[in-house]
Amino acid sequence: MSSTAQAIHHEEHHQGWFERWFMSTNHKDIGTLYLSFSFLMLFVGGSFAMLIRGELFEPGLQLIQPYFFNELTAMHGLVMIFGVIMPSFVGLANWMIPMQIGAPDMALPRLNNLSFWILPFAFILLLSTFFMPGGAPAAGWTMYPPLVLQGGESIAFMIFAIHLMGISSILGSINIIATILNLRAPGLDLLKMPMFCWSWLITSFLVIAVMPVLAGAVTMMLFDRFFGTNFFNAAAGGDPVMYQHVFWFFGHPEVYIMILPAFGIISEIVPTFSRKPLFGYKAMVYAIACIAFLSFIVWSHHMFTVGLPLGAEVFFMFSTMLIAVPTGVKIFNWVTTMWRGSLSFEVPMLWAIAFIVLFSIGGFSGVMMALVPADFQYNQTYFIVAHFHYVLVGGALFSIIGAVYYWLPKWSGHMYSNFWSKLHFWSSAISVNVLFFPQHFLGLAGMPRRIPDYNVAFADWNMVSSIGGFWFGATQLIFVGIVIHCVFFSKQKATSRVWEHAYGLEWTLPSPAPHHSFTVPPVIDDTQLAHGDVSH
Amino acid sequence: MQGSGQVGLWRHGFLNAELGVSDYSDLSKGAITMSSSNCKRRITGAVAALGAILVSMAAAADPVPWQMNLPEGVTPISHQIWNLHMAALWVCVALGILVFGAMFIAIFRFRRSKGAVAETWSHNTLLELGWTIVPVLILIGLATPATILTREMYNATDAQMTVKVTGYQWLWRYDYVSYDGKPVTKVPTIYSRLAWDSNTARQLDSGVNPWSVVDKQTGFHDYLLDVTHPLVIPAGVKVRFLITADDVIHGWWVPDFAAKRDAIPGIMNDAWAKVDKPGIYRGQCYVLCGQDHSAMPIVVKVLPKDQFNAWLAEQQRAATLDKAARTAQAAPQKPAPAKG
Repeated sequence: MSSTAQAIHHEEHHQGWFERWFMSTNHKDIGTLYLSFSFLMLFVGGSFAMLIRGELFEPGLQLIQPYFFNELTAMHGLVMIFGVIMPSFVGLANWMIPMQIGAPDMALPRLNNLSFWILPFAFILLLSTFFMPGGAPAAGWTMYPPLVLQGGESIAFMIFAIHLMGISSILGSINIIATILNLRAPGLDLLKMPMFCWSWLITSFLVIAVMPVLAGAVTMMLFDRFFGTNFFNAAAGGDPVMYQHVFWFFGHPEVYIMILPAFGIISEIVPTFSRKPLFGYKAMVYAIACIAFLSFIVWSHHMFTVGLPLGAEVFFMFSTMLIAVPTGVKIFNWVTTMWRGSLSFEVPMLWAIAFIVLFSIGGFSGVMMALVPADFQYNQTYFIVAHFHYVLVGGALFSIIGAVYYWLPKWSGHMYSNFWSKLHFWSSAISVNVLFFPQHFLGLAGMPRRIPDYNVAFADWNMVSSIGGFWFGATQLIFVGIVIHCVFFSKQKATSRVWEHAYGLEWTLPSPAPHHSFTVPPVIDDTQLAHGDVSH
Repeated sequence: MQGSGQVGLWRHGFLNAELGVSDYSDLSKGAITMSSSNCKRRITGAVAALGAILVSMAAAADPVPWQMNLPEGVTPISHQIWNLHMAALWVCVALGILVFGAMFIAIFRFRRSKGAVAETWSHNTLLELGWTIVPVLILIGLATPATILTREMYNATDAQMTVKVTGYQWLWRYDYVSYDGKPVTKVPTIYSRLAWDSNTARQLDSGVNPWSVVDKQTGFHDYLLDVTHPLVIPAGVKVRFLITADDVIHGWWVPDFAAKRDAIPGIMNDAWAKVDKPGIYRGQCYVLCGQDHSAMPIVVKVLPKDQFNAWLAEQQRAATLDKAARTAQAAPQKPAPAKG
């Protein structure tokens, strides 16, 4: 692979700061922009969460008015989903996919620039609603009518922001599909691709399939609010439940949009630090495809209590439970990858192991909620809050942080502090459970979600949860310090392989990865690929 | 249980005033300032924790501090759901022990620092088939009773009583529709909103300690879980609730009954419960319905059947008297024609 290393030392024209960061068409720079943006949004959404947990620290209202609380819960959800989890996965895709398939850049670099730069404007629109008359939309991130239509005119800004985020993700996904299908180095078959590329290929199709559905739902809402239509107005023959069907037809695949790339990341990290090939590579690919397909036929499990016909309840219960099977396959395969390996516990591996545990816990509560009768007791309580925070924080966010620790030396050319990154891990892993595990108990005891105030019987677990929340929130400040230190100040150089048993094309490049890589396609050597042996 | 004895003799003429904000003023006497030491309460709370957990395993009518589990409830359906919930929970615990156990064995046994050498296999058809098929069987084992139970929950036929439940921002309205095969007439609508003492305490910076809001009879801390006028139903009778809403979507749920449906404008949902044990059962609106979502509890008072019949007769008598009084009053109050 030394020819590759030489080929990338070509003439680079010098870019000014503005040109580099605002007009870039370079996949690495755009990846950095995506990741930085989502990092910023993590703290915006996180600050909303801190206020929410602050108000819930004790019964009674101490800090904020209930309406503002509702604005916060809605915005916390929208910011975390569309501003943190999705863009950071796209950022990772931007950085890693061309490097993992031996491509010089994304297939559509200008589109790449556009799909990133839509995002900041979308979030300026969304967050500006806080300062508008009537405040931000306050009907939860799910924006159910008729409640959301009672809000001020700021709803129009939220809807346009969602349109823009949708366009951004669709463009990003088109780019990823085009890149993976067209720019793989000669000899890199689809079934030799790293799992991260596979997970993103499938995720991209989900994004393209469902983001327009969300756009349609919110556009109908826009028309109801401003142009006199009555799609969701029961008094004029409309149907509020129709919104929920359309929304969750988007919403459930969206859940997998936020977790499939995480599966890809964990499938990269676990084999590296187990020094053993990924167990059941093909099964892993098929499992992701299977989950993606099933995600389209389970949406009504979010709506078991809206009064669906009995047949629909039973159908959606069975289809939902079916998802547990391919998901189980993935977890068993990760554990079996570790079995009889030679494990070491560098920081990315710690996050991956925590992911497996926390995501499984979220999966278990998911199976419980799939049971229709049981869901009647869990529906819209803190049990569901605990469930989706386990899969989205313990799952998606932990995988993203793990990915950053895994690839940051490759990006920056420096190692990060071992001590601080381990402290960050252990503090996060413990506090996230203090934060979210008691919410299972609160939900089972009957505490509904989205309430700013509660009966005193719920006081103790809420206080525990809030303490965990502040602890988890404060811990993430360590992460900022670690990343800044690693990128700008660290003296410890990273090798090109970085991790002893890291295989795949990205590790054949020097660290930091040069601004332009693989301008000449690499010659594929199966032994250097993570999944070079296609016999399994 | 404030106001539980006198169910709404509210009349249409009074409705607007009753719903108005002015009503909150008369309850300033109920305001109790922050007094009891939080610390002491917390210690007693912690001591009570174990007991509370045990209680929560049994049929608990009200949530208790440190409660960790679903209440078993008081209806046949809620018992069956509780059993299903526990079965699913233990299946998950068993699978968790299996998977995490295997992983932690791997973590401790196959460490490089202990000289472990990685093997190179990455495929085992039998194993992979096994962990595809076995979970399917486990899931069928859970889904089968769940399906049977769902059918039962959907069977609201043969109800001896029908009550219409309507959600408003932010109160519940109950109308008795039929009882024992006959339409219920003359019984006034019940408007059930947050009890005044809770409402005083819940205001931002009210200075009222939520722990001071107590049900005088039972000593239960009923902050945000008490209403002005509860729904009253008879014990041992299958009651069908027709659930709807008039403004935005609400949700009517009494955990102990496992009766729960979204209250949606324009749609009439139904749920049912047959409660054998008289008592007071509480729940909350569970679908976000605006700023006072946390302040529209549900309280259902279940009376023994004879007491309920007496209560119903009393309501009908009072309503008849009331109507007569109003008719008598109406004549002299006829407004004079406006002068041009």
